[in-house]
Amino acid sequence: MGIAFKFGHDIDTDVIIPARYLNASTPEHLAAHCMEDAGTSFAQKVKAGDIMVGGKNFGCGSSREHAPISIKACGIKVVIAESFARIFYRNSLNIGLPIMECPEAASEISEGDEVTVDISTGTIENKTTNKQYQARSFPPFMQELIRAGGLIPYIEGRKKNA
Amino acid sequence: MSMTITEKILAQHAGLDEVVPGQLITAKLDLVLANDITAPVAIKEFAKFGTEKVFDRHKIALVPDHFAPNKDIASAEQCKFMRDFAREQQIEHYFEVGRMGIEHCLLPEQGLTLPGDLIIGADSHTCTYGAVGAFATGVGSTDLAAGLATGEAWFRVPESMKFIFHGTKFQKWVGGKDLILYLIGKLGVDGARYRAMEFAGEGIAALSMDNRFTICNMAIEAGAKNGIIPPDDKTFAYLEGRARRSYPLLYSDLDAGYMAIQEFDVSEIPLQVAFPHSPENAKSAQEASGIKIDQVVIGSCTNGRLEDLRMAANILRGKKVHPEIRLLVFPGTQTILRDAMREGIIDTLIEAGAAVSTPTCGPCLGGHMGILAKGERAVSTTNRNFVGRMGSVESEVYLAGPAVAAASAIKGQIAHPEEVS
Ligand code: SF4
Repeated sequence: MGIAFKFGHDIDTDVIIPARYLNASTPEHLAAHCMEDAGTSFAQKVKAGDIMVGGKNFGCGSSREHAPISIKACGIKVVIAESFARIFYRNSLNIGLPIMECPEAASEISEGDEVTVDISTGTIENKTTNKQYQARSFPPFMQELIRAGGLIPYIEGRKKNA
Repeated sequence: MSMTITEKILAQHAGLDEVVPGQLITAKLDLVLANDITAPVAIKEFAKFGTEKVFDRHKIALVPDHFAPNKDIASAEQCKFMRDFAREQQIEHYFEVGRMGIEHCLLPEQGLTLPGDLIIGADSHTCTYGAVGAFATGVGSTDLAAGLATGEAWFRVPESMKFIFHGTKFQKWVGGKDLILYLIGKLGVDGARYRAMEFAGEGIAALSMDNRFTICNMAIEAGAKNGIIPPDDKTFAYLEGRARRSYPLLYSDLDAGYMAIQEFDVSEIPLQVAFPHSPENAKSAQEASGIKIDQVVIGSCTNGRLEDLRMAANILRGKKVHPEIRLLVFPGTQTILRDAMREGIIDTLIEAGAAVSTPTCGPCLGGHMGILAKGERAVSTTNRNFVGRMGSVESEVYLAGPAVAAASAIKGQIAHPEEVS
């Protein structure tokens, strides 16, 4: 179970991790400044296993993989959003940050709600409001990618099996 | 089966006769690009593959442009890390400071992006190369690492959207930037999410290559996977003397499937300004007139090409930058800078009171060389005006083309060029 941190629509990568911190790329450095420009002291409050919730087009803007890396390194278990920007979506799957597309859950979950998710089945449960949701399922290829833990283990695994 | 140009390029590189939107494919890459911010992450990921050598040292471009010339010690370490990798792997297209430029101005100029190519870059504005008829898209560092190792990437074939610009009677000073801001204003920042944006019509055909690069550069600002303009005589003329490989000529079939077709008349599109904090907040320049500003930035991969600088110089010639304004000019590449010098453009800009920089991304991403303080406002020819993009989270960026930027520098407030001519 994790606590939900809620953000709005069109959360861009400059908000997730501002460019001024891109002069280094260690996960700890990026985690310390995650969501800094959203002005909610998120990085100080978040705990391992918590959940991030966004509106539509979450992660728009730059291609910086530093964005999902910073979220993952903060301890966030999963990002639930109404929809994801293309490069962020790809980057998250590639680095093994679980994401779930579920417009109903994303709009109904409030900041501070206690939420549990089952990433393998796509079920989301809001313990605070006692409501259940079902996220959109991923195409088979992406499920494989997620199961492998990201793009590199996926490619390496395929090479071994070849 | 009929296909769009985007589908044809993807099919060809996947070794398939046809592809359909939604299909997942693995495709071969013609060029793989990274910069000083994204390459270090990718190189560390690359090290996790069992391979020691990159797939092809001639098909990789590494450009130190974001925080280069090195802005601080940490940036210097990142640039060094990329440089060491480039030397060790004998990367042919590594561009050192002094010979480099902003990647999306530099690679087409060097003839590295050709029609029909499939290109990935660890930079979201990689979509710029669609202006020469390539399929080019931004990816993250892990995709990049896989590309470096295998020369391949996975793609979901995007649905295509077609934008037809009719007519050739552009309003005075209107250019590619105004067309694309106007379009993003209509579509919204996720209006083309996951889609291919194809630009067509006499309006596009009438535009120079510099203006076409500006349009495709900002496809990502509507959420698109790629922007593309079918090659024509202007494209071929541009590639003359640059292209060192032959390239296929691919065009959308007349009955290709589009999920949407939108049509515009260029004569109805006025000069644009996108208000903070989103490129979709596009309005006519008239509506922005009078907003007090502190800084004007002309340059970047969006509008740092020769015609952009020429347009600015034409407006600034014989005039002075307002005493309370800092005008910063960032030419896209060394070649653009030298051409602008030879033409007297740089002299005109400096005479007017501009600070002219060596090519770098600089303030575009709030990196260096022109960061905004709390409460400051800038007009910028760049492509993003997100919160904190150019500095303080309490600063503001208004996006515009070079004509409005130059006029605003003279007036000290956002201005239509008519107000200063
Ligand atoms: S000029 Fe700006 S948008 Fe273009 S590559 Fe550099 S930072 Fe990115």
